[in-house]
Amino acid sequence: MRPEDILVPTPSGVCCRPGGFHIDPTRPVDKALITHAHSDHARAGHGAVLATQETLDIMRLRYGENFAGSTQAVRYGEELRLDGVRVNFHPAGHVLGSAQISVECNGLRLVASGDYKDIADPTCVPFELVPCDVFITEATFGLPVFRHHDASGEIVKLLHSVELFPERAHLVGAYTLGKAQRVIAMLRAAGHWKPVYIHGAVEATTRYYQSRGIDLGQIDLVRGANKAELAGHIIICPPNAMSDLWSRRFPDPVVAFASGWMRVRARARQRGVTLPLVISDHADWDGLTATIAATGAAEVWVTHGQEDALVHWCQTKGLKARPLDIVGYGDEEEAEVASGAEA
Amino acid sequence: MNRFAELLDRLGYEPGRNAKLRLIADYLRSTPDPDRGWALAALTGALTFKHAKAGMIRGLIAERTDPALFALSYDYVGDLSETVALMWPADQRQKTSPAPTLSAVIETLSTLGKAQLPAQISRWLGGLDEKGRWALLKLVTGGLRIGVSARLAKTAAASLGEKQPDEVEIMWPALTPPYLDLFAWLEDRAGKPSSRDPAPFRPPMLAHAAEQSDLAGLEAADFMAEWKWDGIRVQAVAGYGTHHELVTRLYSRTGEEISKSFPDLLQALRLPSVMDGELLIMREGQIQSFNVLQQRLNRKAVTPKLLTEFPAHLRAYDLLAEGDNDLRGHPFVERRARLEKLVGKLNDSRVDLSPLVPFDTWDELAAARADPASAGAGLDAHAVEGVMLKRRDAPYLPGRPKGPWWKWKRDPMLIDAVLMYAQRGHGKRSSYYSDYTFGVWSKGADGDELVPVGKAYFGFTDEELIEIDRFIRRNTVGRFGPVREVAHGPKLGLVLEVAFEGLQRSTRHKSGIAMRFPRVNRLRWDKPPIEADRLETLENMLKRREHATV
Repeated sequence: MRPEDILVPTPSGVCCRPGGFHIDPTRPVDKALITHAHSDHARAGHGAVLATQETLDIMRLRYGENFAGSTQAVRYGEELRLDGVRVNFHPAGHVLGSAQISVECNGLRLVASGDYKDIADPTCVPFELVPCDVFITEATFGLPVFRHHDASGEIVKLLHSVELFPERAHLVGAYTLGKAQRVIAMLRAAGHWKPVYIHGAVEATTRYYQSRGIDLGQIDLVRGANKAELAGHIIICPPNAMSDLWSRRFPDPVVAFASGWMRVRARARQRGVTLPLVISDHADWDGLTATIAATGAAEVWVTHGQEDALVHWCQTKGLKARPLDIVGYGDEEEAEVASGAEA
Repeated sequence: MNRFAELLDRLGYEPGRNAKLRLIADYLRSTPDPDRGWALAALTGALTFKHAKAGMIRGLIAERTDPALFALSYDYVGDLSETVALMWPADQRQKTSPAPTLSAVIETLSTLGKAQLPAQISRWLGGLDEKGRWALLKLVTGGLRIGVSARLAKTAAASLGEKQPDEVEIMWPALTPPYLDLFAWLEDRAGKPSSRDPAPFRPPMLAHAAEQSDLAGLEAADFMAEWKWDGIRVQAVAGYGTHHELVTRLYSRTGEEISKSFPDLLQALRLPSVMDGELLIMREGQIQSFNVLQQRLNRKAVTPKLLTEFPAHLRAYDLLAEGDNDLRGHPFVERRARLEKLVGKLNDSRVDLSPLVPFDTWDELAAARADPASAGAGLDAHAVEGVMLKRRDAPYLPGRPKGPWWKWKRDPMLIDAVLMYAQRGHGKRSSYYSDYTFGVWSKGADGDELVPVGKAYFGFTDEELIEIDRFIRRNTVGRFGPVREVAHGPKLGLVLEVAFEGLQRSTRHKSGIAMRFPRVNRLRWDKPPIEADRLETLENMLKRREHATV
């Protein structure tokens, strides 16, 4: 049996014919296994959805009660049998509830890792390395220019700026699911316990994280605050709100953006960012290459991002590698534009 | 080095002037000598190192990385120093060399031989992080480009001692990095630094560009006008040294000493004074074109033949000092009167006065600007770029103060050309086709064909860039690496109105003509390509200018 007989890459996601399911499909299917709740991976309208409890909860928050025909919560480490196929969910360390999905059949194990990072994050369970024959990896930061380093240094930089410009508001663009809460948790870990203000689009997920026992301190809505009292404070908003009319309500804002993209100057300037913060929920180049090597996989499939460089690297290491050309992953931010209007 | 790197990094992103001032002042206040002095030197562009070229940096990274990965990365990042800074394979867990101080870097760079440079730079890179590596590479290759002018850096320094920026500006030419005396004065630990140089450079006064609409709000009677010459702005300085010998120097407008290239003109500076004027080539009493001047500027060796064929000339328009008198605080009319007397006393054919352009109303001046030849410039009219307006009562201020001086340039030359090829920009523009090669019609073997006459990559708005980019993607007829050939026939194609400042003959261009400062002035979506200009139009423009010179 070849790996392609177990999982078939299609333009709308990876399909498991013998198990009768898709992983993170980008169009409606009968049965979908979802790695995590970011909108480019978790879409509404499937028949049955299998995912972690957190992923299901967040999908419900975002899409409403009827986002799928039926749902089934899966715990990390719990073994499922779907027709002849053994399926396991393992922590991916990307956001709360994120999972890698391993699929085993006839002694071959393939792991679809979704989005992942191999460094510590106070808001989610750490990444688990799963040995496998075929590793399906993302390549969002699949170029050797992306090295994220210790994100706590970036938090120090943000706090120093707040100190240097106490009369200005610090507006931090962060993806509404995961990044926003991680930044707040890291601010708290650095000893910053002043209230943090949030944009309305960040509220639902942030409250959900709090309900799962993650201590984020005092969180207030920007909506309720007047302009003067926002000076000297940190405000978390979706990236697209930074350049929106919405941002005009702040006193002379310092515009920060917490993202792995901020490693490259042209990307930061394009967004009009004055304080780039290199904080990423994806593995960097070193993380991707170290993880690939550690899985022991002889074959690597690359789903989305900078596939060329990562495929090239795999080949120089004697691994079989190919890009999957799945359409629609990596558009997390574009999908947020719609929800950004609710301020 | 790390603190300096932090500063550069932050400055590179910060658009606000006040925030930039605060960041620089914060750095200068909290960084010890001599590091802060070297940083100020770097920010004001006072440092140059000869050896570090982009090629060397490329060589270093090529030894350490996979060429395919480097190519993909460079393509993505769009800037060589940044790509190298990000890709450099430094192992964070076992840093072998400690981060160097800024002073150590600069002192080492100024003494190190070319052969030792690559090894030294790689040692430093190994001890720095991404930001530090980026700052180091920008520093050694001499291209900081972080949107901080020398003036802004000096203003930040002045704020340390609550001094006026002009005070620092005026003493600046007498200071040398790392400016220990400057900081001592700013922090009230010592008196004001003074110059012992007998012929120092004075920071020049610069003009703002004026449009006709700017003039409407101004009173014509408050101003005097001169021609704006198409030469090189210079400062000619003569002063007595310690043994009462006359020291003469010629400076460019940035303060670079260019005395060695113009020994003929130095001889003419026989009286202690500081003149501001235009360097030109004069043959038989007539000013030559900028192209002729360039032929002298491009020569390294100053031979007797060069001096006779290209005699240098100073056309003076201001007097900053005479003997021991600093005249910069005096009104322009007064300085002008003293300049006229001084030039008379010098009585040298290599120095003359830039004549005043008489006018009573802005309309009269507009007429003179449109036709300098009949308004007094005579045969020198071809070297006139426009007019300069100077307030009668204005003192000579360093920098570019708004109001006292205006330059009102002649309208640029315009042609309609057809877009032929387009290339992607770099960095911020890396997703757009933003560099355009354009052509005009000419008779070829098989009838009319377009010949490329120039390249333009600015002049359009962001919205226009998007429209042009879309046009290019929809009308691509060929691809050569990063270059796209765009449809350009008599009926289909995009006509660009191109503005430029001058023309010269060129053997490097197929058309035989090169433009000065070409830019996209307007998009002519309305115009079919067949109606674009012909090469003969450009040739006639060029001939007209050449005739004027002969």
